[in-house]
Amino acid sequence: MTPQIQAEGLRKRYGAAYALDGFDLSVPAGTLHGLLGPNGAGKTTAVRILSTLLRHDDGVARVAGFDVATEPAKVRAAIGLVGQQTAVDELLSGRQNLVLFGRLHHLGRREATRRADDLLVRFDLADTGSKPVSAYSGGMRRRLDLAASLLAAPRVLFLDEPTTGLDPRSRIEVWRAVRSLVADGTTVLLTTQYLEEADRLADRISLVEHGRVIAEGSPAELKGSLGTTRIELVLTDPDVVGAAAALLARVTGAEPVTDELRVSAPSPDEVSVLTDVVREVAAAELAVADVALRRPTLDEVFLQLTGTEVAR
Amino acid sequence: MNWAITDSWTLTQRYLAHLARRPARLATVVAFPILMVLIFAYLLGGGMTVPGGGSYREFLMPGMFGMTMAFGLSGTMIAVLDDATKGVTDRFRSLPMAPSAVLTGRVAADLVNAVLALGVLLGCGFAVGWRPHGSLGETLAAFGLLLLLRATLVWAGIYLGLLTTDPSMVTLAQTLEFPFGFLSSAFVATATMPAWLGTVAEWNPLSSTVTAARVLFGNPGSAGESWVSTHPVLMAVLWPLVLLAVFVPLSVRRYGRLGN
Repeated sequence: MTPQIQAEGLRKRYGAAYALDGFDLSVPAGTLHGLLGPNGAGKTTAVRILSTLLRHDDGVARVAGFDVATEPAKVRAAIGLVGQQTAVDELLSGRQNLVLFGRLHHLGRREATRRADDLLVRFDLADTGSKPVSAYSGGMRRRLDLAASLLAAPRVLFLDEPTTGLDPRSRIEVWRAVRSLVADGTTVLLTTQYLEEADRLADRISLVEHGRVIAEGSPAELKGSLGTTRIELVLTDPDVVGAAAALLARVTGAEPVTDELRVSAPSPDEVSVLTDVVREVAAAELAVADVALRRPTLDEVFLQLTGTEVAR
Repeated sequence: MNWAITDSWTLTQRYLAHLARRPARLATVVAFPILMVLIFAYLLGGGMTVPGGGSYREFLMPGMFGMTMAFGLSGTMIAVLDDATKGVTDRFRSLPMAPSAVLTGRVAADLVNAVLALGVLLGCGFAVGWRPHGSLGETLAAFGLLLLLRATLVWAGIYLGLLTTDPSMVTLAQTLEFPFGFLSSAFVATATMPAWLGTVAEWNPLSSTVTAARVLFGNPGSAGESWVSTHPVLMAVLWPLVLLAVFVPLSVRRYGRLGN
C-alpha cells in the first residue's frame, strides 16, 4: 500500500543552520506515526513543510499522493492541521469558527453548519458552542482546534504537540479523540515531546534530532533495542552520580545512562543483580532513594541514542 | 476565480461578526471622529480662518473625512498582525481556499468599516452645519475618492502587518498617522505653514484627496498656487493608483513568501 505521508531527504536551511537535514519519513494509511524529539529538533519544521505552510530547499515530500511543492492545493484539500498554537478566532463563537473554516473548505452553508454541530457534540462543546472562544478553557480551545481540522474529513491529519500545556484530563480526552480517528482510517502524524504520549498512541515512532531521524520503529522495537530490563539507582546527592554510574558499570558490565539523579544500565532480568548492586551500594556508603529493576522506557532509548538529557 | 470572490466574502462576514461581537470597539470607531469634529469645530475652530473666506466648519469636514480614512492603516495592521500571531493566518494557509481571499477579504471588510465611519461623520457634519453644495454625482465622486484613499492605506497596512511580527510596530504606525494627518491641508491651509513645510504638506496624498473632496463638495478653501494644489482631483486619483501599484504586489508577494 502506498504511504499517505512520504518524505525523502528533506532539507530546510535557515541562514547557516539546517532545521531539517536529510529528513526521511514513510507513514502507511490508517496508522499513527509519532515524531519524538527535543525542542528545536526539527519536528515542527517537518510538519509545516508536509502541510504546505513552508517550502523545503531540497528533497521530495508527498502527502495523500500529492507533491507538497507542486500540488499544494490538492494536499490542502486532503489534510487537517492542528498547529502548536491554538488557531481559532477568539472573538467568534465555537460554532461560528467551525462554520467559517467549513465555508473556507468550500462546504455549502447548510453542510458547514451541519458538520459544525456534529463536531461540537462529538467534542463535548455543544453546550458552549454559541459562547465566544475567549471564554473557553485551554482544553476546550484545543478540542475546538481539533474539531476545526476535521471539518472536511481529512485523510491525513497533522498534530503538532496537541497536548502541550493541557491538564491531564484534557490530555486524555485529546488522546481518546485521536485514537478514534485512527480507528476510522485517518492517517495521523503526531509530534510530541512527551515520551509517554508517543508510547501510548503511536504505531511507529521516529526519533528526531538535529533535523534528521536517528531511529525508527514501533514503541516495542525501540524499547527492545535496549535489551529487556534495566537496573536503576535513584540518588539523593548529585555529587555521587559519577560514583554510582561507575558502580553500575562494574556490576552489569554495560554502559550506564544518567538522567539527573537517576542512573541506569541494561541488566539481566535476575534478582541476583539487584542483590549485587545493593551490596555494592552499602559498601560504598552511597545515599540512594531507590534501587529497582525496571522494564525499559522510551526515555532510555532517547537518552542512549542522543547522549543528551531530555527535559522533563 | 469564483472561489476567490466567495472566500473573500466569507472572510468579510467574519469581520462583520467581529464588529457585532465587539460593540465597544464599534463605539470607539464611531466616537473618535465625532470627538475630533467637536474639538475642531467648537474648541479650535474659533481661531481658524479659511483662506479665501468661508466657514471653517465647511472647510473642516472634508479634512475630517480624509483623516478618518487615514486611520485605516493601523487598524488593518493590527488585524493582520493579530491573525498572524494567533496562528489564524497559518490555518487559512493550510486550507484549500483561494490565497488571495485572505488579502481581498481584509480590504473588503475594512471598506465596510470605512463606509460606517463616513456615515457617522456625515451625520456629524450635517449637525455642525456642513453641507455638500455640488451635484449628487460630484458628492458621490468625493466619497469615492475618499474610499480609494482608504483602500490604498489598507493595502499599505496589510503589507506592514505582514512585514513585522512586533506589536510595538503598530504603536509606531499609530503615532505616525498623526503627523501624516496634520502635515496636510486637512485642518489648516498649507499657506499658513512655513514655505518648505507647506510644500511637503501639499504633496501629502491626504491633501490631494481632501482638496479634491472640497472642490467636489463645493466647500471653501483654496489649497495654494502650486501644480499639485491646482490639480487636486487628478492627484487624488493618481496618488492612490501609484501607491496601490506599489503595495498590492508587495503584499501579494509577501503573503506568498510566508512559507519561506
